[in-house]
Formats: sequence, structure tokens, C-alpha cells
Amino acid sequence: MITIFGIPSAALFGQLLIGLINGSFYALLSLGLAVIFGMLNIINFAHGAQYMLGAVAAFLMLNFLGVNYWGALILAPLIVGAIGIVIERTFLQWLYKLDHLYGLLLTFGLALIIEGTARNYLGSAGLPYALPEALRGGQNLGFMFLPNYRAWVILVSLVICFGTWYAIERTRLGAYLRAATENPTLVRAFGINVPVMITLTYGFGVALAAFAGVMAAPIYNVSPQMGAELIIVVFAVVVIGGMGSILGAILTGFGLGVVEGLTKVFFPEASNTVIFVVMAIVLLVRPAGLFGRGT
Amino acid sequence: MLDRTAPLLQVKDLQAWYGESHILHGVSFDVREGEVVTLLGRNGAGKTTTMKSIMGIVGQRSGSVLFENQDLIAKSSNQIARTGIAFCPEERGIFASLSVEENLTLPPVVRPGGLSLEQIFELFPNLKERLGSSQGTKLSGGEQQMLAIGRILRTGARMLLLDEPTEGLAPVIIQQIGKTIRALKQQGFTILLVEQNFRFASTVADRYYVMEHGRVIDQFSNSELEANVEKLHEYLGV
Repeated sequence: MITIFGIPSAALFGQLLIGLINGSFYALLSLGLAVIFGMLNIINFAHGAQYMLGAVAAFLMLNFLGVNYWGALILAPLIVGAIGIVIERTFLQWLYKLDHLYGLLLTFGLALIIEGTARNYLGSAGLPYALPEALRGGQNLGFMFLPNYRAWVILVSLVICFGTWYAIERTRLGAYLRAATENPTLVRAFGINVPVMITLTYGFGVALAAFAGVMAAPIYNVSPQMGAELIIVVFAVVVIGGMGSILGAILTGFGLGVVEGLTKVFFPEASNTVIFVVMAIVLLVRPAGLFGRGT
Repeated sequence: MLDRTAPLLQVKDLQAWYGESHILHGVSFDVREGEVVTLLGRNGAGKTTTMKSIMGIVGQRSGSVLFENQDLIAKSSNQIARTGIAFCPEERGIFASLSVEENLTLPPVVRPGGLSLEQIFELFPNLKERLGSSQGTKLSGGEQQMLAIGRILRTGARMLLLDEPTEGLAPVIIQQIGKTIRALKQQGFTILLVEQNFRFASTVADRYYVMEHGRVIDQFSNSELEANVEKLHEYLGV
């Protein structure tokens, strides 16, 4: 058997793969959080619940409406994104001028309500969601076995993340978003309907969370607390990357997934805490985060 | 001759508030098509607030702002911009997260007939050289001012509100801004200017309104300027 640093290579690559998978979800979720925070100045604590709603929507659509995985991948983000738009119009829009704390408290409350409701109807046990037919099986790469679905998750996550980065940093619409983040009043005085742009941004960020939820359903099972477990780590990722930094959220998401995976190989006891240790160190050295623009 | 044209912009009894503080107490003036009109006054007289009220970016306002015979007072600022009024703020408002080119092309075209990028570069040759710059705020103060004016010329708006375009700039740059404003007037733009520097204003303006404590207290044309210099010194405290 091949070993690297005394570790069997299959175990090493296996954990690296798990790290990349987790990293894919960290990246997708922290990306949405970064986009929302940048534009709305709201720390969206309901992000985990919205991710869970995506998975639940996929589960319900499959079992009650016969909508398969591919349909859910498109419909669930649209539905949950629309719910997000309603939340923004009815609650969040009143909070932009207040301290961050209010947005955080409101979305935290929403998360508790959404998760509590889901637990009431679905129970606490995970509900199975079958792998889509086309993505079953896997490839033997020689040094490891790569399940097709996991490769798909990593690939799609990369495409979505960098597509979003491109749209924000390199397109005209993205220029409006960046400018409105800096000075919404002036952008509006140029004739751009900034409030609508803000609403759609929140809808998009929430839809990203739901998209991640659908992607996660076949891997982690669908359960009401799946988002709550993930969101704390995702917040750590956002803090490490730098609040509001798009590229920071993506790179830190994948990077920390891998760091976590490697820690499982070399020092399993620390694997649950390593991200928070990194966060503490980064906050000490660079309070604005690795990619933060500072203040 | 200009007197026979109807006012393009007619401000009547404009009042404005920032939160609890009442800033404008019934401002009235008008700007005819093709004119350059300057609001003069000390700091805090309400000149900038008047501009912001026209653009719809103060907290609360009342009265009427007629532009091409439609009342803008109840419109939101994005709707006001779409009627063909463009605003260049005192602080210039160049975006740090946008490149020079992105800053220049940010304001959407609201009407046909705006200047092309080539025409803007004819007015501001420096901008063309700095186009590749990654960050709009890395430009010098003068270049930022040119960028701030240049970007609103693309939009097709024919009415420009320029808030203290010469503030903090070197004399040679001020001359260039003056030349630009005269060139724009020649091209048929209508310009409302806020200035503290009436010597500069006198090189471009057709008429003046003097503001104090949120009201218009005097007005005269450019030909009456010399006769009013003493009074102006008193108004402006210079």
C-alpha cells in the first residue's frame, strides 16, 4: 500500500475528497452570505434554514409531485428564492438603516421558526433522498475511488461560484451592484432602481442556499437541523474570508473544507474545531479577514 | 433673448428637511433652456440641499419642482434621473470598487443624444489615458472631477446639476473645468451650478441666485455682476 507521511494514500485522498465536498457547500453558502451582506448589510442568519428549505423542497417535490432531482435543482431555488423576496419586502427592508444586530436577530428568529416548523412536520430523523440515476456509480482513479455524484457536486459548485464571481466583478450588472454597495443613494440618482436590485440580490442569495440544499440532499439526508449544523461553520468561513468579499468566500470555503479534511487524517480529534482555531488566528492577525478590504 | 423661452426647470416654494432639521424654507427660482445658472451662498445656506432636493435624495421635501412641465416632487430619485436630469455631487462620488472605465460607463443612458466616449475624451483628454486604471479613486482630484462630470454626459440628460465642481482643485484644472462648462453650454446643455467661488462662476454663468438660511435672497444676471460685487462680498462673507 502507498503511504504519504505514514498515512495510507487512499485514506488521505478520501478525506481530501470529503474536504472538497464540504468545501463546496461552505463556498456556496458563504458566497450567498457575502453577497447578501455586501448589498443589504444584513447578516443573514436564516441562511442555514433556507439551505434546509431547499433540501426539504426537493424531498417534498420528489415524493408528492414526482419532480425529480433535476427539476428540483431548478424549481427549489426559485421557490425558496421567492420566499426570500417576500421576507425582504416584509421584514428586512425596514432594518437597513439600523445596526447589524437587528438584522441578525430577525433572521435568527426566522431561522428558529422555519426549523421548528420543519421539525414539527418532518420529525428530527433524516429523510433519505435517492441519488439521481445518472450520477450513480463512480470512477476508479487508480489511487482512489471517486463517486460520480461527489465529482458532480464539486464541479457544479465551482461553476456556480466562479460564475457568480464573474457576474459581480466583470459585468455591467455587477458594476451596478458594487457601486450600490458603496453609495446606494448616488447609484439611485443615476436612474437605477436600487431597492429592486436589493430585493433581487437577497432572492438570489437565498436561492443559492436552496440550490446548495438540493445538492446536499442525496449526500447528507434531508433533516430540519441540517442547516443549523452547517451555518456556524459557514459563518466562520465568512469571517475568515472577510465579510462581503466574494472571492474570499469562495476560496476560503474550499480551502477550509480541505483543511478540515486533512485534519481528520492527521489529527482527528481537532477536526471539529480546526476551522474555529483558524478563525481565531485570522481575526488576531487580520481582523478584516484574509480577503477583506479593511475599513 | 433667452428670456422668451419657457423655464426648463422651475422650482417653487421648495422646502426640505433632514430628519428634524428644516433646511430649505421655500426656495424658488428657475432655469431656462440653454442657461448656466449659479446658486451662490455661504456654507450651510442650502445650495447643496437644493440640488439634492431636485434629485429627490433628501429625507423629506415639499413644494414643486417642475422639469419640462412635469412635477418631480413626488418621484423617487431613480425616476427623476430618468426624466433627463443628471447630478454630479460635491464629493464627486467616484466608486473605489469600480475601474475608471466602469465608473465612466456606470450611469445608464436615459435618453438618446448623449455624448459618445470619444466626445467625452475630447473634453477630457486626461481621462482617456487613465482608462486602464483599476480603481477610480486612484485618480487625482482633478481627474476624479472630470470623471464625475464626464460620466453624466453619456446619459443623454440635457440638464446637469454640478455641485461645486471646482472645490479643492488647482487653478489650471479650474480653468479646464470652466472651459468644459462653456463648451457644454455651447452644445445646448442646461446647467445649474453651485459655487462658493463667484469669480469662477462669473466666467461661465448667465444668472445668479444668492441663497441664505435656506432661502433665495437675491438674484441678478451676469451683466449686473460688477454692480453687485460689493453686495456679494457681504452675502458671501469674503
